[in-house]
Amino acid sequence: MPEPPIAYRVAEKRRETGDTWTLRLVPADGAAIARCAPGQFAMLYAFGVGEAPISISRIGADDAVVHTVRAVGAVTNAICAAQPGEVLGLRGPFGTVWPLTEADGRDVVIIAGGIGLAPLRPVIHELLAHRDRYGAVSVLYGGRSPANLLYMSELEAWRGRFDVDVDVIVDVGDADWRGRVGVVTRLIPRAVFDPQSAVAMVCGPEVMMRLTALALEDCGMSRDRIWLSLERGMTCATGHCGHCQLGPLFICKDGPVLRRDVVEPLMRVAEL
Amino acid sequence: MQTIEQLLDEAPALQGLAPEHRATLVGCASNCVFADGERIMREGDPSDAFYVIRDGAVALETEVPGRGTIVVHTLHDDELLGWSWLVPPYRVAFDARSLGTTHAIALDGACLRGKCEADPALGYELLKIVSTVFVERLHDTRVRLLDLYGKGAGA
Repeated sequence: MPEPPIAYRVAEKRRETGDTWTLRLVPADGAAIARCAPGQFAMLYAFGVGEAPISISRIGADDAVVHTVRAVGAVTNAICAAQPGEVLGLRGPFGTVWPLTEADGRDVVIIAGGIGLAPLRPVIHELLAHRDRYGAVSVLYGGRSPANLLYMSELEAWRGRFDVDVDVIVDVGDADWRGRVGVVTRLIPRAVFDPQSAVAMVCGPEVMMRLTALALEDCGMSRDRIWLSLERGMTCATGHCGHCQLGPLFICKDGPVLRRDVVEPLMRVAEL
Repeated sequence: MQTIEQLLDEAPALQGLAPEHRATLVGCASNCVFADGERIMREGDPSDAFYVIRDGAVALETEVPGRGTIVVHTLHDDELLGWSWLVPPYRVAFDARSLGTTHAIALDGACLRGKCEADPALGYELLKIVSTVFVERLHDTRVRLLDLYGKGAGA
């Protein structure tokens, strides 16, 4: 049986886009979940409505947990409607982590699509906090439109650094948009990294991740150095209910972060 | 100051052409600079040129009533702008606007078609270059048709 959720209070709420909010949650009565690591997720409970798996989008020094949530269904709508002071339930953290150890001493390419930047944000923070441990760092981000880009002020701050290459592209621009318009894979040939040794971390819609992985392979990167974060209907988060099963894998506990060579054969099976 | 011949020789987008074919293009080519916001092509106009972008950026855009200007694609260093010069009715499909200062090599469409008709080997090599661009942009357009980042489309 899964553990019961721990009560967390909404301490801050920030609107990122028209349908996406970032919530900073703090323990409501002292009890807290274990410390999260970049790539993991928690089950966020809107009492009386239901539970949804939401990735951790920032890891601070305290017990606070930060989630960026897109309102796409009943549960996430209820979570996004929660106001500061209201209480939500939290279980976790669950799942595997981004391969920071494997990235040590290597070039790192971070590729995000849409809200997929949220699970990658903690790893970007980690890379930048220990910048001297890594080679070239590239952050490539694709979104639907300029109005749908997350963390704009942070993207601008990262772009202002001299030790990280940040490139952003949108599917459709408007007259005020001075950046790139097209698909995120077009950013890959421009990014500076050694394809023979670099590590790539990719998160976004599954089709975007498939195409991105292929584009990375076209550049010479091998499958065992590409990590993807999958989302497959995680429900219990403990590997018991089977809703997130992908062949022999349970994404909630064997994932969500998985190596491309492990998941690629499974992602090609239409029935899975 | 580089000659147009040198610029063509150095253009990565034209490296698929044999040197003698690039030399053939010299008579159709000119060096050009567009200021920020300058209109390079206008939707519906006769398409009489295409461009190899040396440096800078160009927005392909159209006006949508109620939504204003929509940018459907941007082109950047070493990319090709314009393919309507190649196929009838030789009419520009989208507005093209310079984003910042853009340096480009302009190639006269009618001049090029004449040279390709006269030298099928050149025509084939040039078509292979333009076809690669066709395929890439068609692929990108199909991917964007999926609206991957829209609601209900996953992450």
